[in-house]
Amino acid sequence: MKVKSNGGNRPRIVEWIDARLPVFTYLQREYGEFPMPRNVNYLWSLGAIASVFFAILMVTGIFLAMHYTAHKDLAFDSVERIMRDVNWGWLLRYMHMNGASFFFAAVYIHLLRGLYYGSYKAPRELLWIFGVVLLLCMMASAFLGYVLPWGQMSYWAATVITNLFSAIPLVGDMLVSWILGGYSVDNPTLTRFYALHYLMAFVIAAVIGLHVIALHIVRSNNPLGIEPKSADETVPFHPYLTAKDGFAIVVALIAFSLFTFFAPNMLGETVNYVPANPLQTPPHIVPEWYFWPFYAILRAVPNLWIIDAKLGGVIAMGASILVLFFVPWLDTSPVRSARFRPIYRGFFWVLIAAIVALGWAGSRPPEGAALWVAKAATLYYFAHFLVVLPLLGRREKTLPLPASISAAIKSGAA
Amino acid sequence: MQESETDKAGEDSRREFLSLVTTAFGAAGVATALWPFINSMNPAQDVLAASTTDVDLDPIAAGQSITVLWRGKPVFVRHRTPAEVAAARAVPAAELRDPVSDEARATKPEWIVLVGVCTHLGCVPLGQRPGDSRGDFGGWFCPCHGSHYDTSGRIRRGPAPANLAVPHYSFRDSNVLRIG
Repeated sequence: MKVKSNGGNRPRIVEWIDARLPVFTYLQREYGEFPMPRNVNYLWSLGAIASVFFAILMVTGIFLAMHYTAHKDLAFDSVERIMRDVNWGWLLRYMHMNGASFFFAAVYIHLLRGLYYGSYKAPRELLWIFGVVLLLCMMASAFLGYVLPWGQMSYWAATVITNLFSAIPLVGDMLVSWILGGYSVDNPTLTRFYALHYLMAFVIAAVIGLHVIALHIVRSNNPLGIEPKSADETVPFHPYLTAKDGFAIVVALIAFSLFTFFAPNMLGETVNYVPANPLQTPPHIVPEWYFWPFYAILRAVPNLWIIDAKLGGVIAMGASILVLFFVPWLDTSPVRSARFRPIYRGFFWVLIAAIVALGWAGSRPPEGAALWVAKAATLYYFAHFLVVLPLLGRREKTLPLPASISAAIKSGAA
Repeated sequence: MQESETDKAGEDSRREFLSLVTTAFGAAGVATALWPFINSMNPAQDVLAASTTDVDLDPIAAGQSITVLWRGKPVFVRHRTPAEVAAARAVPAAELRDPVSDEARATKPEWIVLVGVCTHLGCVPLGQRPGDSRGDFGGWFCPCHGSHYDTSGRIRRGPAPANLAVPHYSFRDSNVLRIG
């Protein structure tokens, strides 16, 4: 449907609908004229890219569900049937598997973009909080979905992760048998995980809606971290950002295709092609790459005073995400963008190094160098948010902010 | 004048009280209606009923172990050698992370029965098969996160917070073990 900015020339059917439910007016306002800072870079396309991968996951997931059987004796074979017998089933499944990885990759870059340019600062705190809620929902959904093929890693991931809840004092064991529907991961666990995995897709869709609505109220930040002051510092979303995001999406889809068609199992664990066996734990239990840093934090905590390593690990892993909710208030600096915060910029890259180190340690057995790297990086991760952000905001000598986006562009600084 | 104001105040507090009671009643009703949904996720009656497993002990020679499935979980039954029993009983229980004497864990010294689920994060420890690593204390070793258990299944080193659980069991005859 072609929508013209000149409302008077719209087709009559469009006018008829719009007078009753103003979807066309809304689209024109929020995706046509919507003012975007003219200096946004390609990091501002990651939200659009993540949305595309979410759409891919939704569509492939619905079609996979038509062929999948959620029963412990049939699940593994039904997935193999999808791979071998269902027309294009291999493509649907490989797109779903790799789509999850790319969704996480896009969201992680999106999140780090926010950290670098201070996009969480007033008035965008709630926008940021919805983003962290989305991350939590994605992690829950990824875990639930990973269990469904009922391979060895599915089964043992479910066992290890649900056992985390047993660390909670007093009610832990009751809670675990409630989550599992039994005393171990079994058919009741599989069927409920399937139902919840399907549900999570719609929960995520709803929270994406809230995230986007909040974005359209407070509007996009930009690399300078200063608000546009006049109309000539913004460009309409269409055609400028539709074109730019469109190009970025195509590049992301090319990378996605390389994995899906040429290395579909590179990001996965081969041991998940062995059917689940409750009597034998794989020698090395490791989650998908996007959970490695969190898995490293889980295993990095030693016994501390009255808190044993298990409870401590669970608390630390939960806190590593919960701390993100408080970033808008932990960062006390009035300056948003790291471009004008030379010391923060250094710490930001140390944080990236710590997360990469955690990722590496999370992929290794927790012993020797990997354990020490995990401990050091976990300490830095928390220190970054709880010590560096609050203190640095008060002490740091920031660079002078440009008078406006236009002034920065004229002087070549943008 | 004054009287009507008092009436009005009384009317307001009456209104507040009524809306509070109505809200509380509604909330309690919703909470009650939630329970069947929450409880439907708890272990079902058939899951609860599948509760005992019998094991024939005759074929298990001293030094051998077998693994049986009980409530969906592996249970380790090991026929301990006198040396293993001695090793387990030589340790002063007070020095252990989860202090329990071997006598309290094994009613017949030669038989140790354990739920084969690491108390850390639920992996199945190694040590049941002849080629397996038994860890530094001759019992079991969890490969996931490196917990070492002794010949009584007690945690000796590594992240696990507690000993391997001893399920409820009894000897029906000298040679039949009933777990559960």
